[in-house]
Amino acid sequence: MKAERDFQVVNHSVRKVDAWQLATGYPSYTADLAPAGCLHVKMLWSPHAHARLRSVDIAAAERMPGVRCVLYHGNVPRHPYTTAGEGFPEPSPYDQFVFDRKVRFVGDRVAAVAAETPAQAEAALAAIRVDYEVLEPVLSLEAALAPGAPVIHDEPDAYLPIPMPYCPQENIVARVGMEDVGDFADGLARADVRLDQTFETQYVQHAPMETYVAWAALDGRNRIQITTSTQVPFHCRRLVAQALGLSVGQIRVIKPRIGGGFGSKQEVLLEDLVALFALRTRRPVLWELSRAETFTSGRTRHPIRVRVRAGVTRAGALTALGLDCTANTGAYGGHGIPVVMCCGSKVLPLYRAETVHFAGQIVYTNLPVAGAYRGFGATQAYFGTEQVMDQLAEGVGLDPLEFRLRNHIRSGETSPVFAALGEGKEGVPMTIGSCALEACLRQGAAAIGWDRRRPHTEKTGRLRRGLGMAALMQGSSIPRIDMGAASIKINDDGSFNLLVGATDLGTGSDTVLAQIAAETLGVAVDKILVYSSDTDLTPFDVGAYASSTTYLSGMAVKKAAADARGQVLRVAAAMLAAPVEGLLLEGGVIRAAPDRSVTLAQVAHYALYERDQFQIIGTASHVTEKSPPPFAAHFVEIEVDTWTGAIRPLRYVAAVDCGTPINPKLAEGQTEGAVLNGISFALTEQYLFTPKGRLKNASLEDYHLWSLRDKPPIQAILVSSFEETGPYGAKSVSEISINGAAPAIGNALYNAVGVRLHQLPFTRERVWRALQSHAPE
Amino acid sequence: MNDPLTLHIRLNGEPRVFAADPDEKLLELLRRHGLKGAKFGCREGVCGACTVLLDGRAVYACLLPACLADGHEVVTIEGVGDQEHPHPFQQALVEAGAVQCGFCIPGMVLSAKALLDENPQPEDEEIREKMDGNLCRCTGYEKIWTALKAVIAAGGGGGEDAS
Repeated sequence: MKAERDFQVVNHSVRKVDAWQLATGYPSYTADLAPAGCLHVKMLWSPHAHARLRSVDIAAAERMPGVRCVLYHGNVPRHPYTTAGEGFPEPSPYDQFVFDRKVRFVGDRVAAVAAETPAQAEAALAAIRVDYEVLEPVLSLEAALAPGAPVIHDEPDAYLPIPMPYCPQENIVARVGMEDVGDFADGLARADVRLDQTFETQYVQHAPMETYVAWAALDGRNRIQITTSTQVPFHCRRLVAQALGLSVGQIRVIKPRIGGGFGSKQEVLLEDLVALFALRTRRPVLWELSRAETFTSGRTRHPIRVRVRAGVTRAGALTALGLDCTANTGAYGGHGIPVVMCCGSKVLPLYRAETVHFAGQIVYTNLPVAGAYRGFGATQAYFGTEQVMDQLAEGVGLDPLEFRLRNHIRSGETSPVFAALGEGKEGVPMTIGSCALEACLRQGAAAIGWDRRRPHTEKTGRLRRGLGMAALMQGSSIPRIDMGAASIKINDDGSFNLLVGATDLGTGSDTVLAQIAAETLGVAVDKILVYSSDTDLTPFDVGAYASSTTYLSGMAVKKAAADARGQVLRVAAAMLAAPVEGLLLEGGVIRAAPDRSVTLAQVAHYALYERDQFQIIGTASHVTEKSPPPFAAHFVEIEVDTWTGAIRPLRYVAAVDCGTPINPKLAEGQTEGAVLNGISFALTEQYLFTPKGRLKNASLEDYHLWSLRDKPPIQAILVSSFEETGPYGAKSVSEISINGAAPAIGNALYNAVGVRLHQLPFTRERVWRALQSHAPE
Repeated sequence: MNDPLTLHIRLNGEPRVFAADPDEKLLELLRRHGLKGAKFGCREGVCGACTVLLDGRAVYACLLPACLADGHEVVTIEGVGDQEHPHPFQQALVEAGAVQCGFCIPGMVLSAKALLDENPQPEDEEIREKMDGNLCRCTGYEKIWTALKAVIAAGGGGGEDAS
């Protein structure tokens, strides 16, 4: 194993394979690649949060200039499906249709036009006559769960494709949970300090710089080619086929470069309609959502109400840790079940608690639709649990850092939660392999200067500073569910084509996977030509979600490359008349002895043209038995203006254990980006609604993304460990670091001014009000 | 529909003549003519993915009517540099690992070029001000900042106009 850690390509910050094409503006993204002469799609979105469509009259719109096709519920197939891109069968209700006779949120689909120009399509929308029977909207968890509440999903043909009760009559997608570990009530009773607090997170959006966009065209054999900004090309192909009643073989999905996703594009929102329009018109069809449409009709993070109950002994041992989660999934239920299950599975195992409780429910409302968002439930749950940990520590007189050092899970330990909670079903038992959380805690604390921390009671004046922290874990892929595959073949010159279904959404996974292949094959990374995410040409992969690509697809690449390497060595053995066992492959050269060698190009030439010809090609698939958690310790220093309630983050340190960082700079970049998104989630980002459920701040201006000017210095510290089950020791890194800022800033706020907030975001007004009602001590 | 206008624009150093509708935005015109490096990110003049230079100043091409570029000089990412002859900031971004999804990068490069052409040695506050109009959701700006500071430390990279 020691030799394996002496890496040539892996663990080096090689240049991202697509960096130059992107830095020079080469046409690479979905809209850049749309053919000339595309029809353009515009959607008539519902102006009502809840309404039945008595009638939709498209006749006048069809006669408008440039209009080539108008679609609505009366002229499209009706097959229940989910837009959530997940493994089959999805843990999401089939509660959507291409178009329905009912609309369930402001921004739901009513009818769509394809026309020669965007302006003509837009003009035709105004000619569609819709008679709405407006229904009472359900705009909060309370309203949804009240006895006699209007039923949002009263259609008889919706169902949940997994064996779990579906309860739309109660406005509930499903109830999830696990058997308590130990006697939870007794665990609370035995505690010297116990807490029971409820925390609530808000509606927010991923807001990648590229909005949702897709185009489709028929090829010469009438197959539909969809080019789309998706994180899940293979799920996209399957779900479009399901929604339209087509066979998967009729559809090819290509993912070019993507302008960011963060989970928003783990959803199939446009592809069904561009495909159907292309079939109906036999023309290429492009649909780009505007920024406002992306905010209103795209996906969001589930707002979740999390009740945290926990208890600790005077000695600092956790006797009980329990979560009860109520998630608002909005008008449709995609991802709700696994998101809520991850509130438990990615959070509870972090601490060794004697008794554990978890339960959750996913609730429909007539608000925007929630989906997958980086962090995936863990973000929402850590907001409360990590603030509770600080309070427990304070209650027994321990420093928060010391409290976590005493209680966090370690290598060789397990948690019953791993076996109990999966994604839509039970989980998989797991013993923690690599865990460098202790080193993360110590290095992060040193970097922020944790020993400067003084209690809030010692602070005075208008501007008060505070230090806060949070400990975190996530997962790496979904065990026994996710599959990734790769194939790799040699070319005449000794280069290799690496074909992967895995989906680089800007994260750099094409580069990381090329590094893994290059390491295995003993070549420089520029000898690996990566092509990814084309359902006709690349092998299957579940796609970019659940922090799976490096760990899962990376192992498929390693296995495929090892397969190809074995074939290379067998050919070289024949060429050199030497036994395979004695050959050394390094730097593109295979040696039997110092003076007897062949190059990879010679091997390729021999295999392709000279003797016993065959294609050197390796193929492999990988399914994981584990979802090894990356760990992190986050630290923040803030300054609170007690006159205005403004919180200014001064400095942020994120120490992360992602196993072996395959590409350290890219791993740092994942961490830094996730941290800033976490900070703005904590402080400013939120959806604001009118009393009738319309989104008020559906623009970048009003929603506000943080700029270079807004950001504090962010220091990412990669603390290496070696995960034996991952490729070259790697675990995931992309999601974990979005989870820390909300609780760490919450803890820093308390450390600064002695108030604790249970509702996000920490707006000036909310902080100011809390300060006003806070009795001086 | 209004009659198209005839526009004379010096685009990336070359005199060009375009026909454009009076309400067509510069970004639409550029993309219609195959210059796809500038992006639609918001069409609200906020994200900066559409940034181009108009007479050396960084502007939002998504809001700028194309007709206002008539008689002026426009530089897009396609005119800034390529892999063989990159702008120093492009080189620095690539080396720093600052390019994640890359959607914001052309706009970042043009805003930085405008900044550095005017002042090769800007103070941090001036950098923050001039780069404030280019949003990125991937990187947390940390490596973009590192790359820009590296270029400034090396002399600011002015005067390397590929156009």
